[in-house]
Amino acid sequence: MNLSIGLTVNGEKRELVLDDPRVTLLDLLRERLFLTGTKKGCDRGQCGACTVLVHGKRINSCLALAASLDGADILTIEGVAHGDHLHPVQAAFIAHDALQCGFCTPGQIMSAIGLISEGQASDDPERIREGMSGNLCRCGAYAGIVEAVIEAERHLARTRTERAA
Amino acid sequence: MNRFDYVRPNTIADAVAAATEPGAAYLAAGTNLLDLMKGGIALPSRLVDVSRLAGLDRIEVLADGSFRIGAMVGNAKLAHDTDFAHAFPAIAEALLSGASAQLRNAATVGGNLLQRTRCSYFYDTASACNKRAPGSGCAARGGDNRLHAILGWSESCIATHPSDFCVPLTAFDAVVEIEGKNGRREISVEALHRLPGETPERDSVLEPGELIVALRLPVAARAYAARSVYLKVRERTSYAFAVVSAAAGLVIENGRIQEARLALGGVAAKPWRARQAEARLAGGNADQATYRHAAQAALVGAKPSGDNGFKIELAQRIIVRALTLAACGTPSRIPALPASPFSSLAGPSA
Repeated sequence: MNLSIGLTVNGEKRELVLDDPRVTLLDLLRERLFLTGTKKGCDRGQCGACTVLVHGKRINSCLALAASLDGADILTIEGVAHGDHLHPVQAAFIAHDALQCGFCTPGQIMSAIGLISEGQASDDPERIREGMSGNLCRCGAYAGIVEAVIEAERHLARTRTERAA
Repeated sequence: MNRFDYVRPNTIADAVAAATEPGAAYLAAGTNLLDLMKGGIALPSRLVDVSRLAGLDRIEVLADGSFRIGAMVGNAKLAHDTDFAHAFPAIAEALLSGASAQLRNAATVGGNLLQRTRCSYFYDTASACNKRAPGSGCAARGGDNRLHAILGWSESCIATHPSDFCVPLTAFDAVVEIEGKNGRREISVEALHRLPGETPERDSVLEPGELIVALRLPVAARAYAARSVYLKVRERTSYAFAVVSAAAGLVIENGRIQEARLALGGVAAKPWRARQAEARLAGGNADQATYRHAAQAALVGAKPSGDNGFKIELAQRIIVRALTLAACGTPSRIPALPASPFSSLAGPSA
């Protein structure tokens, strides 16, 4: 049974035919759209490496059926920079050494972008640690990750203030 | 993952008809079901996708002040709904203490209610498990069982219900609206989940094809908004199931408890309403002695199902702490670490 779905991925409309309903959003992104920035860690919703934004909300793409997301707007790590101009969260991760091996980093960055847009954590390190608990880092770069999220949050808050002025 | 047919009906009636067939399962966000399917534990032959059924994504305040929440409202959306969190702060805090931010964004109210009661042996297809394979035995009984049930368990199954959300729902008399092939019915959340008995493979009282379409919180439960709490002990501070949890609500006048609500999580195959404890609290002084008597009453029938006798004492301490915090008043903002006992210590994050 073939299923036709439409998705907007990083701003680009895609019409896709699924020959099997078992395809997760993660496998669709990696194996069919060749967007391999989104990582497969545990594949069971425990590690957060596969985090992407769907309609602006961060989710685990390994636990979402692509067929169920027909019509959805997806943002992956490939879509956050503007050309060579990094997203403030990406820049802050580099500035704060918020990674070592880098495998969890796309998921960490997408989760941080989601966290900041949710507006619940602000620059409170305790709330950031709690809000990022769905993203594991086996290298243990957590201290740098929290610092990077704080800096990016402040940067984006300043940008919002300047735009409003 | 096994092969399955995927259908996405447009109406509740079509969904119920499609899901009444043997082997069919409803799919909401899939955060529990897809995990079970990837592990070879759930093997549905058909998925009936109800995630976008019209009209199930609304949070409504009804004319009498009660709340009606569509079954496909997301956990995070509900927890951050200002009106809802103001009326039912312990429920919002319970939602935010469960799983991770990614899972809370995806997971739905209806899906949370119907996630499987489970333990690690249920997930391990090499182990005996009466819930997964009826009649195969229970590997947990002689296994690693320090996190298992202390109330309401049977020789066939000692797993606990993992939901945080369902604990305050049970305390505050929430009701689910159910559609089935014979029409609509309503039952309390307390009556939705089953104890294992001899049939642990059935977690709930739902009949094949029945679909939860909405959750309602009665207006009477809003009386507890000023003094309610959800408290949860975990083996790590975030993103972990409860070892033991408690939802408590108090109405206090002139130092006397007028009415109380209390339910426990992590102790049984269903969220556990502690009615004997509530009866002990009503009319008593709002003090430690009353809370301790209530805690003892709540655990009267408890017995270890393995290396988990410590949970009986732990549950009593959590009850006393939860009642103490509830009596102090609901905090104006949900703490940085929702439901954590560490959040209740005095300090900048409290």
